[in-house]
Amino acid sequence: MSNAFVSLTDLTLSYGQTVAVPDLNLDVLEGELIALLGPSGCGKTTTMRAIAGLLTPTSGRIVIDGLDVTRTPANKRGIGLVFQSYALFPHLSAFENVAFGLRLLKLPNAQVRARTEAGMATVGLTGFETRKPAEMSGGQQQRLALARSLVMEPKVLLLDEPLSNLDARLRLEMRNELQRVQKDTGITMVFVTHDQSEALALADRIVLMKDGKIEQLGTPAELYAKPATAFAADFMGFENIFRVEGSELVSHLGRLSVGYEAKVHMLAWRPSGVGVGTGPHTGRVISSSFAGGHREYVLNSPLGQIKADAPIETPEVPIGHEVAFDLPMATARSLAA
Amino acid sequence: MSRLTIWIILGATLTFLIGPFLIVIFAGMSAGEALAFPPQGLSLKWYAKVFTVESFQASFALSMFLAVFGTIAALLIGIPAAYALNRYDLPGSETIRTIVAAPIIVPGIIVGLALLRYFVVPLNVTITMALFVTHTALVLPYAVRVVSSSLNNLRADMEEAAVILGCTRLQAFTKVVLPNIRGGILAAFILGFVTSFNEVPASLFLSGPGVRTLPIDMLSYMEITFDPSVAALSALLAFMSVAIVFIAERLLGFSRYV
Repeated sequence: MSNAFVSLTDLTLSYGQTVAVPDLNLDVLEGELIALLGPSGCGKTTTMRAIAGLLTPTSGRIVIDGLDVTRTPANKRGIGLVFQSYALFPHLSAFENVAFGLRLLKLPNAQVRARTEAGMATVGLTGFETRKPAEMSGGQQQRLALARSLVMEPKVLLLDEPLSNLDARLRLEMRNELQRVQKDTGITMVFVTHDQSEALALADRIVLMKDGKIEQLGTPAELYAKPATAFAADFMGFENIFRVEGSELVSHLGRLSVGYEAKVHMLAWRPSGVGVGTGPHTGRVISSSFAGGHREYVLNSPLGQIKADAPIETPEVPIGHEVAFDLPMATARSLAA
Repeated sequence: MSRLTIWIILGATLTFLIGPFLIVIFAGMSAGEALAFPPQGLSLKWYAKVFTVESFQASFALSMFLAVFGTIAALLIGIPAAYALNRYDLPGSETIRTIVAAPIIVPGIIVGLALLRYFVVPLNVTITMALFVTHTALVLPYAVRVVSSSLNNLRADMEEAAVILGCTRLQAFTKVVLPNIRGGILAAFILGFVTSFNEVPASLFLSGPGVRTLPIDMLSYMEITFDPSVAALSALLAFMSVAIVFIAERLLGFSRYV
C-alpha cells in the first residue's frame, strides 16, 4: 500500500535466541484504528513494543510517516504508548503526570499549562489536577495515562490491552471514549488485545496473529463473517469446527454423515447456526443455560460436544433428554485450513 | 502457658533489652569518681565532662565523618549496583548478590585483619583513608539490600513510559526511579550511618595513634580512666541513635524498609 502511515517490512523480532515474530509485513493507514488480536504469546505485544522502539528488531524495517525509524531510539520516535498497567508516575500529581513529556520539551510554562489542561479536559479529568494517581479510580488512571500520551501529539498512539484492567461497565465507557478521541484527533492508533469482542467493536481493521504471524487481516465484518482458517473461526466464535471427508464430518471422537458433500477442508458453525429441535441428527443435552434472547445448549453427539443456541420461544429441552439437531450447509463457514 | 509465665518471660526480655541502657544512663549520673552501679549520689557532671575531653571531640568528629561520607560513598556505589542487579539479568548476578552480602556474614574482625594485612600495610594507606574504605565496604551491603527492596516495588514499565515521553535512560532514572526510591535511600542512609558509627571490630585493627573512631577511643579511655564519663557518653550516643531512628520512623516509616 503506497499511502501506508506505519509500515512494517520483513520485521523479525527475537528475545535472545527465541524468535517471537518472524518476517512480519503490515501497513497501517493514517487515522486508522488497528487491533492486533491474538492469544497470549502470539507476538502482538512484541510487535507493539517494536513499533514503540522498546525492542530493537533483529531484521526488517519500520517506517512511520515516511521516515525509517528502525534504529531511532524510543524517546525520539514521537509515539505514544498507553501501558496495560498505565505506568503512571506515583510521585507526581495528575497534572504533573500529563505535563511530564511537555516539560522535557522545555516549552514555556504557560504553554505547558495550557496543553496539560486541554489534555486533561479531553479525557474528562478537569478538577483532578492535584490528585496523585493512587488517589484515582482505575478508570480515571486509564484516562490519565491516555491524556499523558495524547498531549504529546504523537504520530501514532499504541495501546496495550487498554480495557483489560477495567470492570465491564467502565470497559464500555472507555471503549466509547477511545473511539471519540480517535474521531476527534484523527490520530492513528494501534491497540493490542486478546479479546475479540473488543477488537470487533473498536477497530477499523483487525490483525489476527498466531505464533508471530498474521493469520488473517481484515475489517471486523470480514473477520466475523469470513474467517479463513480454523484458528480464525474459533477466535471469531465458530465454536463447532469439523473436518470434512466426503459426505461425513469428522472429529477426533467420531464421525457423522451429513448427507451433503462439501469440497472443502473443514466446516464451522457458530452456536447460532446449529439447528435445534429439528434435523437429521440426535444429541443428548448436557447443559442448558438461559442467555436472554436465546438458550445455550451443549449437546453430546457422535462428534463430541456441540454448542447450539436455540431461540427462546422454542420449548426448553431438559438436561439428559435427547434432541434433534442440524448442521446445515447454509449456515456453515467453509475453511481452507 | 499461664498468664504469670508469659509476664515473667516478657519482663525478663524487657529487662535484658532495656536494662543495660538504664544502667548506663544512671551510672553516668553518678556523683562519685568511679564507674559503678548503683551510682553514688546523683550529678550531671560526667555528662558535662564528656564534652571537654579532647580526644572524644576528635574521635567523635572522625566517627561522624566516616558515618556520613562512608555511607554516602556506599550509596553512590550501592544504588547503581542495586539497580543493575534488579533490572538486568546479568551473568553471575546471584554471585554478585552473595559477594555484596559478605561483609554482613564475615566477622568484622576478619575484615579488619585482612584489610590491614593486604590493603593498608602494602599500599601504605593513611589510617583515615583505610577507615573510610572499610566503613564504606561494611555499609555497602545494607545500601544494596535496602535500595533493592524499594526497587522491587517499582515497576519497570514506569521507566519505559518515561522514555516514550522523551526521557533518556539517565533522565528516566533521575526523574522517575530516584524520586520513587527516595524513602529506601534515606532508610539505607540511616541504617548505614548507625552501623558505621557503632562499628568496633574492623576499626579496632585500623585505628592508629591519634586517629580513632569514637567507640575505639572510648575503649582506650576506659583502660586508663575508669570514671563514669564513658557511661555518660554511651548514654548520649544511645539517645542519638534512638532519636535518629525515631525521626526516620516518623518521616517515612523506616521499619518498612529494614
